[in-house]
Amino acid sequence: MHPFQYQRADSAEQAVATVTKNPAATFIAGGTSHVDLLKEGVYRPGLLVDVSALPLRQITAHEGGLRIGAGVSNTAAAASAEVRQRYPAVSEALLAGASVQIRNVASMAGNPLQRTRCPYFRDPTQACNKREPGSGCAALEGYNHVHALFGASAACVATHPSDVAVALAALDARVQTLGPKGPRTIAFPELHRLPGTTPHLDTILEHGELITSIDLPAFTGRSHYLKVRERASYAYALVSCAVALEMDGPNIRRARVALGSVAHKPWRATSAEAMLAGQRPTEQLFRAAADAAFAEAKPLKHNAYKVPMGRQLMVRALLETSSLQPLQGPAGTAFAASVGGVAGQVASPR
Amino acid sequence: MLATGKPLDRVDGRLKVTGAARYTAEWEVPGLAYGAIVDSAIAHGTVSSIDVGAAKRAPGVLAVLTHENAPRLQPIPEKVGETQFRGEGGITETRQPLQNAAVEYAGQPLAVVVADTLERARYAATLVRVSYAEQAPQLAMATAGRKTRPESFLGNNQEKLQVTIGDPTAALAAAPVKLERVYESAITHHNPIEQLATIARWEKRNGADFLTLYDTTRGLEVLQEVMATSLGLPKESVHVICPFVGGAFGAKGWLFAPPLLTAMAARVVGRPVKIEWRRQDMFAVAGKRAATRQTLALGATREGKLTALRHDTQTHSSISSGYTEPCARVTRMMYAVPNIGFAHELAHLHLPSPCPMRGPGETVGGWALECALDELATELNLDPVELRLRNYAERNPETGKPWSSKQLRECYARGKALIGWDKRNPKPRSMREGSQLIGYGMATTMYPAGRREAEARATLFADGRALVQSATHELGNGAYTIFRQISADALALPVERVRFELGDSSLPKAPTSGGSTTTATVGPAAQAAARAVLAALTDLAVRDAQSPLFGAAAEAVEAREGRLVLKANPAKGEEYGAILRRAQRPSLVATAGAKPGEEKEKYSFYSFGAVFAQVRVDEASGSIRVARLCAVYDVGRLMNPKTAHSQLIGGIAMGLGATLMEATHYDPRNGRAVVRNLADYHVPSMADTPDIAVEWLNIPDPHISELGARGIGEIGCVGTPAAITNAVFHATGQRLRSLPLTPDKLMRV
Ligand SMILES: Cc1cc2nc3c(=O)[nH]c(=O)nc-3n(C[C@H](O)[C@H](O)[C@H](O)COP(=O)(O)OP(=O)(O)OC[C@H]3O[C@@H](n4cnc5c(N)ncnc54)[C@H](O)[C@@H]3O)c2cc1C
Ligand code: SF4
Repeated sequence: MHPFQYQRADSAEQAVATVTKNPAATFIAGGTSHVDLLKEGVYRPGLLVDVSALPLRQITAHEGGLRIGAGVSNTAAAASAEVRQRYPAVSEALLAGASVQIRNVASMAGNPLQRTRCPYFRDPTQACNKREPGSGCAALEGYNHVHALFGASAACVATHPSDVAVALAALDARVQTLGPKGPRTIAFPELHRLPGTTPHLDTILEHGELITSIDLPAFTGRSHYLKVRERASYAYALVSCAVALEMDGPNIRRARVALGSVAHKPWRATSAEAMLAGQRPTEQLFRAAADAAFAEAKPLKHNAYKVPMGRQLMVRALLETSSLQPLQGPAGTAFAASVGGVAGQVASPR
Repeated sequence: MLATGKPLDRVDGRLKVTGAARYTAEWEVPGLAYGAIVDSAIAHGTVSSIDVGAAKRAPGVLAVLTHENAPRLQPIPEKVGETQFRGEGGITETRQPLQNAAVEYAGQPLAVVVADTLERARYAATLVRVSYAEQAPQLAMATAGRKTRPESFLGNNQEKLQVTIGDPTAALAAAPVKLERVYESAITHHNPIEQLATIARWEKRNGADFLTLYDTTRGLEVLQEVMATSLGLPKESVHVICPFVGGAFGAKGWLFAPPLLTAMAARVVGRPVKIEWRRQDMFAVAGKRAATRQTLALGATREGKLTALRHDTQTHSSISSGYTEPCARVTRMMYAVPNIGFAHELAHLHLPSPCPMRGPGETVGGWALECALDELATELNLDPVELRLRNYAERNPETGKPWSSKQLRECYARGKALIGWDKRNPKPRSMREGSQLIGYGMATTMYPAGRREAEARATLFADGRALVQSATHELGNGAYTIFRQISADALALPVERVRFELGDSSLPKAPTSGGSTTTATVGPAAQAAARAVLAALTDLAVRDAQSPLFGAAAEAVEAREGRLVLKANPAKGEEYGAILRRAQRPSLVATAGAKPGEEKEKYSFYSFGAVFAQVRVDEASGSIRVARLCAVYDVGRLMNPKTAHSQLIGGIAMGLGATLMEATHYDPRNGRAVVRNLADYHVPSMADTPDIAVEWLNIPDPHISELGARGIGEIGCVGTPAAITNAVFHATGQRLRSLPLTPDKLMRV
C-alpha cells in the first residue's frame, strides 16, 4: 500500500472543494470497494476524503418518488418499506449482492461506483488500460469468462459488476451531484459510459464531483431483478436482468429492460423495449424480444455462454414481472432475485 | 466410563472463538522486522536486472534480498524419512528461493524487502523494478515440452503409478460392453482461512547459530529437517513452534520457500523477521491441486460384471517438482476386476508447484471412476448401487490381501434408505419440482487407513493432574480434544485432569499431519506413553513399604479411576498423587512410541463409505443446487462423534465446492493466476450447503490398533463430487465431464 493522507469531510461543499483542488484526492465512503483496491496496489491516492459522515443518510419522499441519500447504507435502502414495496427491483438487486456485513457499510453512492471485477484490473503486473491507460488489455486475449458481450472496445472488454446499478438503470433513476461547477442531475443510464479508447473512465462524473442522492422517479408499475451466479450467495452476477413494466389494461404500456454484467455499464435493451411496448405479454413475445436484445452480442473466447444464459434470463424476468410465471420468492427479497435458489430440501419431488 | 467415543466439546473451542488461540502471525517477538515479497510477473525466463535502489532508500527499510545477495542455501534433501522429495514422483519443489536468476513460474518470489513496519516493507516492495529476459512459457499439458511417467508416488514402493494387473487391453477388446470417457478437472486451491506466515529468530546458543521458527506448518519435523539441511545447521539447532494451524487441507506441509525466505531475511538484518503472505500470494506459493485429464475405459459383461478397467491420467507439475496427482487410488482397489491398468503422465509446466490437497488423487480420480461407473450403469440399464454390488471386492484386487475390516454393503443400504433411493424414478430427466429438474446420484467413497510411527511423553503430577505431549498438529481437526480423551482413558483419569500439548518440534516426534493418519498414529503413542508412566508409578508403589500395594507383583496392579489398585481386590490401592507425594516426587515422566507392526503386511487397510446426493437443476440458467447429501461411513471406531461430524461434513462441503464452483485459471500467455481473491474464487457459502446427513457404522477396525480408529479427515471430500455429478445426470440427462459444474457448463451442452 502506498502512503496516503486521510481527512474526514464536514460538509459536501468542503469535500468537493478539497478533492477538486487535489488531483491525487478521492472520496471514500464505506470503503468496501476502495480499500481492497488500495491494498491490491491498484489505487495510489495521495488523499482520501471520507464522506461517510456527511448528512446524506436519509430516504425521503421526492417528486412522487423517493430520494435516497448518497450515504444511505445498502442494507438500509434494501430494508426501506417504501423501496421494497414500490421498487422491489432495487431491494432485490441490493440483497442479492455482496454479504450482509458488506451491505451494512456499503453506501448507495459507492455501490454503482465500484470498479469492474475484471481480474486483470486487480493485478498491477498485468496490462490493463483501465488501471494504467496505454498498457494494453490483458483480458482481450486472456481469460475473459466474466467479460462483456455489448459495447466493448479493443481497449477494454470489462463489465460493470454492480447489481443495484442495473435496477436503477431500468427505473431511469436520477443521480444528483455537487461538482466543481455546482449541482447537476444525471439520468442514471447516462452515468456510466462505454470504454471506447478511455476505459479508465467508468462514469461521466468529473474529478471532485460528489453524488449527493439517487432519486427514484414516481413509478406505479412492477419491477423485478434476476441474477445468475456461480454460487448461491455472495457472488457477482454472471448475467443479470432488471425489468420495469408499466401496464395499460392487458397490454404493456412501457417496458424497460436492463442487463447486468454484459457491458461496461448497465445495458438497456432498447430494441427489446421497443418491441414490447403496446403488446400483450406472452412468452412468445418475450422470446422474440430477448432474441432481439442479444442479436448484437459479440462474445469473446470464454464468455459465449452468456448469450443463451442472458436470453433465457431475460425471458424469465419478463415472465415473472408480468406474472405469467410466479416469482421464486417474496418480492423485494434476495429469494426473488436468486435464480436457482439456495441449497436445501426439495419440498415434494415428483 | 471411557472418554473416547463421547461428544466432548472442543477443548480449544473457547480459545479459538475468543481470539486467545495464538496463530503463527500473532506471536509477539521483541525487535520484530517485517518482510514483503516482490514476485515474478512472468512465468519463464531470467531476471536480467533488479533495481532495488529506490526500495533501499525508502523509509524504514533494513535490507532488500535478491538472488544477487541472499545467503546461499544447500539443496533440498533427496528424501525426508520415507518420503521422496526430489525427482519424478517426489513431493516438493526443489528450487531453492533467491539462489539464481531463473524464473520458473509467475508469482515466484524474486526479492524480499525488510523494513521496521509491515506498511513500510510493503510500500518499499512496490519500488523494486525488475527487468526480465523472457522466454515462452509452457502452460498447457497438451503441448508441454517435458512429460514424464513417474514410477511411484513419493517414492513409495507400495504405490506404483504405472501398473498393469492381468491384461486390460485384451479384456477390453473382448468385453461385450465397453465404454471409454474423458473426464477433466480444474486446478483448485486449498485456501485455508489462515494464510502462510513465518517468524524467524536467530540467536547464538553455546556459540553456535540457533534458529527459532514460528511457522504455519503441519509438519514440524519435516520443516525442521528441511530448514536444517538447507541452512547447513544441525537439526537440533532448529526449533519449530506451531500450536495452532488455521486450516491446511494439504497445504502448509510440503513447500518450503516461505520459511526459508524468512530465515534468510532474519539472518541478513540480524533481527527477528516476520513474513505474512497475502491472499494473492497463496495462489502461487501455497500449493494447489493440479488439473487432470483422465481417460476411463471400462469393459463389462451384460450382467454388469466388470472385466477390465483402464484409468489413464494426464496431470501437471511445476518445472522443479515431480509431484503427481495419484488419480488411480480408488481404481486400483475398489472393485473386483481381474484386469486393471493405470498410468500417470506428468507434464512439467511453468506454473506454481502442486501438492496434496484433501483426498489427493481420490477426490478427482474417484470422481472420474465413479462417474464412469454411473455411465456404465445407464448403458446396462442397471441400478448404480446394484452395479457396485455386483463388483464388490472381498479382497484388495491389486494385492490380494484381505481387508482389515469392510462393511461397505451396510453403507450402501443405509445410504439408500436415508435418501429415499428406491422412491425415485430412475429414468433420467423424469423428476421435476416447479421449473427445476430433480436428480439423485450416488458414489462409493474410500480413504486409505494409514498409520505411522509416533512418540509421546506422559507426565503425572503429584496434584493428581497429567500432561501428555507429542509433536503433532492442531489443524482445526480436533487433535487437542481427541488426544486428551485418548490420554485420559489410557491414564484412567477424568478428561478434566489431563492436558495434551502439541505443536512444538522439541516434543516427542510425530509425523506430518496428512493422509488422515493422525488419530491412528498419535493415539497409540499417547496410550503407550500413558502406560509407561503408569508402569513407572506402579514400580514406585510396589517398592514403597507405606503403600497398600507394597510387595505386589506389577502384573497384579492396574489403574482405575485415578488410583492404582490390586486387580484381585480393587478396594486395595491408592491415588496416583499419594504415591508421588510420599516419594517426594513432584512428577513422574515417561516417553514411549508406537508403530504399526506386521498387520500392515497381512491386511489392506481402508475406510469405506457411500454418498448419496439429491440435486435441483435450473436448466435455463445452468444453476445447480444440492438439495440433500446423505453419507454413511465405515471409518472404524470414532474417538469423538462431535469433532468427527465436523470433519466429515467439512470434507463433504469441500467436495461440494470442488464439484460446483472451485477453479483457478492461469493466464494462457503469462501464467499468472488470474483470480487471486476470495470474492471471485468461490468456495461454498452457507446457501450452497444443504443439510448434510452423516452417519457412521462405528465398528472398530480390529487390526489397525487397539483403538480401532481410522482417519476421517479426507474421506468426506472423496465421493461427494461423483454423487453430485451423477445426480445432475439423473436430473438433466446430460453428462457433464468437466469440473467444476459452473452454470456455463450446462449452457454449452
Ligand atoms: C467481497 C465483496 C463482494 C461483493 N459482492 C457484490 C455483489 O455481488 N454485487 C454488487 O453489486 N456489489 C458487490 N460488492 C461491492 C459492494 O457493493 C461495493 O463495494 C459497495 O457498494 C461500495 O460502497 P462503499 O460505500 O463501500 O464505497 P467505497 O469503497 O467507499 O467507494 C467506492 C467508490 O465510490 C466513490 N464514492 C463513494 N461515495 C461517493 C460519493 N458520494 N460521490 C462520488 N463518489 C463516491 C469512491 O471514491 C470510490 O471510487 C462486493 C464487494 C465485496 C468486497
Ligand atoms: S478488460 Fe478492461 S479492465 Fe480488464 S484488463 Fe482489459 S482494460 Fe483492464
